[in-house]
Amino acid sequence: MEVRVANVRKEFDRFPALHDVSLDIKSGELIALLGPSGSGKTTLLRLIAGLERPTRGNIFFGDEDASHKSIQDRNVGFVFQHYALFRHMTVADNIGFGLKVRHGPSRPPAQEIRRRASELLDLVQLSGLEKRYPAQLSGGQRQRVALARAMAIEPKVLLLDEPFGALDAQVRRELRRWLREIHDATGHTTVFVTHDQEEALELADRVVVMSQGRIEQVGTADDIYDTPNSPFVYGFIGESSSLPVKVENGEIWLADRPIGLAAPNEPSGDGTLYFRPHDVELLDGCSGCIAGTVAASRRVAGTRRVELEIGGERQRVEIELPVDHPAAQKSRVAFRPGRWKLFPAA
Amino acid sequence: MTIAPAQAGWRFRQPSVIPGFGLTLGFSLAYLTLIILIPLSGLIWRSAALGWPEFWAIATDRRTINALEISFGTAFIAAGVNVVFGTLVAWVLVRYRFPGRRIVDAMVDLPFALPTAVAGIALTTLYAPNGWIGKLLMPLGIKVAYTPLGIVIALIFIGLPFVVRTVQPIMEEIDKEVEEAAATLGASRFQIITRILFPGLAPAIITGFSLAFARGVGEYGSVIFIAGNLPYKSEIAPLLIVIRLEEYNYPAATAIAAIMLFLSFLMLLIVNLAQSWSRKRYG
Repeated sequence: MEVRVANVRKEFDRFPALHDVSLDIKSGELIALLGPSGSGKTTLLRLIAGLERPTRGNIFFGDEDASHKSIQDRNVGFVFQHYALFRHMTVADNIGFGLKVRHGPSRPPAQEIRRRASELLDLVQLSGLEKRYPAQLSGGQRQRVALARAMAIEPKVLLLDEPFGALDAQVRRELRRWLREIHDATGHTTVFVTHDQEEALELADRVVVMSQGRIEQVGTADDIYDTPNSPFVYGFIGESSSLPVKVENGEIWLADRPIGLAAPNEPSGDGTLYFRPHDVELLDGCSGCIAGTVAASRRVAGTRRVELEIGGERQRVEIELPVDHPAAQKSRVAFRPGRWKLFPAA
Repeated sequence: MTIAPAQAGWRFRQPSVIPGFGLTLGFSLAYLTLIILIPLSGLIWRSAALGWPEFWAIATDRRTINALEISFGTAFIAAGVNVVFGTLVAWVLVRYRFPGRRIVDAMVDLPFALPTAVAGIALTTLYAPNGWIGKLLMPLGIKVAYTPLGIVIALIFIGLPFVVRTVQPIMEEIDKEVEEAAATLGASRFQIITRILFPGLAPAIITGFSLAFARGVGEYGSVIFIAGNLPYKSEIAPLLIVIRLEEYNYPAATAIAAIMLFLSFLMLLIVNLAQSWSRKRYG
């Protein structure tokens, strides 16, 4: 089922949580809403589910305007961060709940509900736990039950609100791979919220980066990482370093020296240069480079992260070097970013 | 996880890292003995001084039986009414924010604090045939004061805070997300209440019921004003005990008291069993 969010605005007590957000989700797509807390990602998810009503704008499921349909009628599967299982019901009753509350002919017979529940338990790899109560399961198992429960109603869209947020790193990684497999097997249109960029980039077909109630960028992991379209996305996704620079005659200047980067299409004026710390080229001596004194050097997993102080302003930037690179011992390092991006000052 | 095998025999359990298990248990036992056990066993002992035939004669006396029926019956009905409306009051206090909520919240405790006689007199004044409310009910043929109905109303007044105060904290703990989850699965508002909320609240509601009921059975001060105290009709058992005491008929008084004690204990035991069953089920 396609989902289209059209110019949605949401206010809580006159305080805007979302400003005029539009988003098209293709049928069968796995989409991540990524952003820091307070960026509006959960609000957007809850609006799609119908747990909140938009202040303005519409939400379409296929061609149908779902904005004013009740939660019950929207037929969405929603998975909460803290599972929200019914603790007085067994696992099987939890999963069958959405079918049991139906009325009339759409309600399958009890035996069919039981069969579906154990089918779904197989799918989430918890076969044989039908009779357990949620209190008897681990966090990862509970979240799988929650997902099975959401899928039992054959939802048009599957919505997950920080589904792995409460789990430890190991289980999280495992469930991430597993969610991808389930998505590929069932083909539900799926939207999940996360503040973990690794999770978003690894899992989703497309990532929606949000900040302060707005969508900053929508794209594949490659798009988002390689061609960020705003300083926020550049800073938020992956590691980044930035320096205040000036553009003059198609060349980038740091303080009073050109740094050997050409920006022929940029208008002259102040701007900020962004680059990835690992994507730098070290130079010996320099005419046209960025040079700085080593202020600190830390070993981080497979690389060494060196903090440099640049120029009279003592701007700090980070670059990454191979662990045994001799430059790390030196007191002065010169480099030039490989791939970079310039954002003119607003 | 596997279910732990049932433990054979009795064992002292010391689950806490805080020392002092022996001391606190010893103190609790001594305290309960002094405050509850000794007075109650005195009661049994005094009534045991009666021969069995005499005891049986008192127990099966029409007036005793009627008084016990009225006491337990009205307390049961009042506790039942309180469960319904007390849960409703708790719901309103927990779920809604409105001006004056804190005042309403504080008002719930008034029946705890008010001298029961004051409550009884106030209710009697209201519900007497010439009182504000009694006057309105009179043409409908409903008589409240000086009937068992009056007793029920006094006991409802007395018992309300027990239900509200036991249900309220549990209700506050209910996770909003659980209701939202049920709604996304297609459950209607009514289904959410009956299938999700109510089972979670059941243990607290049962506790509230048993507290209100126990209090109602023993209530004296407020009831005697509104009941009219007609023997066989609206005479409660505690009053009958006082009457026997005033007649210096101590054996009869203790016998009725012992019967009340036994019945109360039995009913609270049943309630407690229901409680532990529902807790096991709904954890």
